[in-house]
Amino acid sequence: MSRRVVVTGLGVVSPNGVGIPAFLHAIQNGISGLKFVPQYKELNFNSQVCGVPPFELEDLKGYLSDVAMYGLKASTIGYAIKAAADAWLDAGNTLESNEIRWETGCVFGNSVADTEAMKRVISYVDAKQARKLGSRMVEQLMNSGATAYISGLLGLGNRVITNSAACATGSQAVLMGYEYIKHGIAKRMVVGSNEYIDPYIFGAFDSMRVLARKFNDEPEKASRPMSATANGFIPGSGAGALVIEDLEFALARNATIYAEILGGDTNSGGQRDGGTMTAPNPKGIASCITNALHNSGVLPQEIDLISGHLTATAADKMEIESWASTLNRRGDEFPLTNSLKSMIGHCLSAAGSIEIVAVILQIMHKFVHPNINLEDPNPDITNIVSVNSLPTQRINKEINIAAKANFGFGDVNTCLIFSKFK
Amino acid sequence: MDRQVILDELKKVLSPYMVNKEALNSITDETDLIKDLKINSANLVDIIIDAENKYDIEIDMDSAEKIHNVGSCIDVILEKMKEKS
Repeated sequence: MSRRVVVTGLGVVSPNGVGIPAFLHAIQNGISGLKFVPQYKELNFNSQVCGVPPFELEDLKGYLSDVAMYGLKASTIGYAIKAAADAWLDAGNTLESNEIRWETGCVFGNSVADTEAMKRVISYVDAKQARKLGSRMVEQLMNSGATAYISGLLGLGNRVITNSAACATGSQAVLMGYEYIKHGIAKRMVVGSNEYIDPYIFGAFDSMRVLARKFNDEPEKASRPMSATANGFIPGSGAGALVIEDLEFALARNATIYAEILGGDTNSGGQRDGGTMTAPNPKGIASCITNALHNSGVLPQEIDLISGHLTATAADKMEIESWASTLNRRGDEFPLTNSLKSMIGHCLSAAGSIEIVAVILQIMHKFVHPNINLEDPNPDITNIVSVNSLPTQRINKEINIAAKANFGFGDVNTCLIFSKFK
Repeated sequence: MDRQVILDELKKVLSPYMVNKEALNSITDETDLIKDLKINSANLVDIIIDAENKYDIEIDMDSAEKIHNVGSCIDVILEKMKEKS
């Protein structure tokens, strides 16, 4: 299989920036998108900080018809439409077309459908007013709501698939799209993921006691991956999207090529050997990284940048140990490593796609974004890798090869390898 | 309430469901909601719900099935308003 798969379009709805220019500025300058949420205090949540993108459904004016906008209530679908349509436009395409693009498909994932829409249905039904719900609720309740809107907007006729793998969803969507192109099934794919954190999702995580609760007064400091004071993650909302395509297809239409996807892997640790519903089996992670490198034809010492999963829980140390032992690179030999979650929190299903957009931007613009809130690195981590590998300031540097991983509940893993296009 | 007043109100109910809103200018009793106004058939239930809320009436499913053009829509609204008063 000689086909090469390249990235030609990016779109993002991130807590620290909506649209690529704002997001690029934010990640270059270590700008946090985390906010104190007064409602969470009223609801007696332990953690009261969240990543909320500056985006309203009305911002879709110009993307959707007035008829489609009227009755659209699901923020999670709105984020997905914005990111996907922006990626499509960024790749040099237009939205005004009646053609069906049989060669182009979509893999877009999420964890739960919009819970605000669900709440509306539940309250109407319980009040014996189901007949007042109207025709637009089902399309916003279904898990495939985002892919349905995106494929309808863009006229996509190839594989249209909604994937779900908890926090590995976004990177898995990109991998699946890559594989359809690599295997010759599609020429081009719109890939990404979306997540909307509302009080119901947040509350369920809060009860697990996995969220950071000590920085409610200083929300921008609340997400602290790899730090000694990390005490849980901060959820975030948003969406990330990429247009990826067969190199020949991209060249034939004179597309601008941002980067190349060399390969990847997604697997499960089987919830054995230390792996559980909520914790990854280190052997699963090692196997996923090893397979991703093998599939990409990349050697461990070639990796310039690791974009970690690194959520700011006790699992950070285990993740760093997994990278170090799998790559056999420790101390000063360890690659530069960053966690976008320090700025935007953990966007769950959307984490992978937003973080991949950040990886592509770092390759394109030759920099490594800082880890904010890492003035106190965890000694258990700096015993494994040099503190110089965990930059707290932006480093201007050419990135040839970047590795990206995400790990999700259910002991599912995804690892992708990206490179500068040569 | 006469038919012309209902018609003017009905235009406001139909408008959000129409891509080409100019079609409302030449509306008559015979104008078909789906064929002429290009309203998505799935949205007919939304139009009925909106009309119910606007006139504080209840349009049962049997009556709703009679609605296919602007004239039959006004007939049903008038009938339900009369039943209520």
